[in-house]
Amino acid sequence: MSADATRRVRLLYFAWVREKIGLASEDVELPGGIATVEALVEWLKQRGPQYDDAFARPQVVRAALDKVHVKPSAALGSAREIAFFPPVTGG
Amino acid sequence: MAVRVQREDFDVTAETEKLVGGRRDIGAVVTFTGRVRGEDDGRAVATLTLEHYPDMTEAEMARIEAEALARWPLQASLVVHRVGELHAGDNIVLVITASAHREAAFEAAGFLMDYLKTRAPFWKKETTPDGASTWVEARAEDDSAADRWR
Repeated sequence: MSADATRRVRLLYFAWVREKIGLASEDVELPGGIATVEALVEWLKQRGPQYDDAFARPQVVRAALDKVHVKPSAALGSAREIAFFPPVTGG
Repeated sequence: MAVRVQREDFDVTAETEKLVGGRRDIGAVVTFTGRVRGEDDGRAVATLTLEHYPDMTEAEMARIEAEALARWPLQASLVVHRVGELHAGDNIVLVITASAHREAAFEAAGFLMDYLKTRAPFWKKETTPDGASTWVEARAEDDSAADRWR
């Protein structure tokens, strides 16, 4: 796949990340050059003030690729579902 | 060995009996029940709404349970976590661990709770009696509690 090719992924948002963005999920065409979770966050922040607000403290927002916790530096690889959420507070 | 996410309440006695009833190889059963407190940091709490990430929740809870099984000789275990709107005094989470001897059952129950609190994708929103709601913030103490198992 060339670096220019786009790829369709599903983004999921939970808790206050969902409330700030105003969406629970969306399908986006991801530009080929976006290779890591942190690059995706930077790309999302350009999409509108609600994203900028949700990711204002990017180190606070956690991510999962295909339902597995990952660090911001993680490669997106071939993940189909990418989730963003605050630190968990269950139990 | 089972994990469950559900809206409805659970019955600790019935769940325990279902898990270990009739077993003759289990000498120790530890049950932990987490409940909704009526106040948090001095704020009155009327309701607690639990949101989760369906599918990932069960997958992550199963990974946590598998890690407990790799560390301790458990004969049986169960984790039940509720979601939806709960009220002060309601049950939130149930952990049952069963082993031949008490040490493994006690330690595994503590481990399961510490890891659930820091890894399982649940989020709590508190609503006060006057209707104001805020998302509960993660606590650094929960991270350090989980770190002690590393």
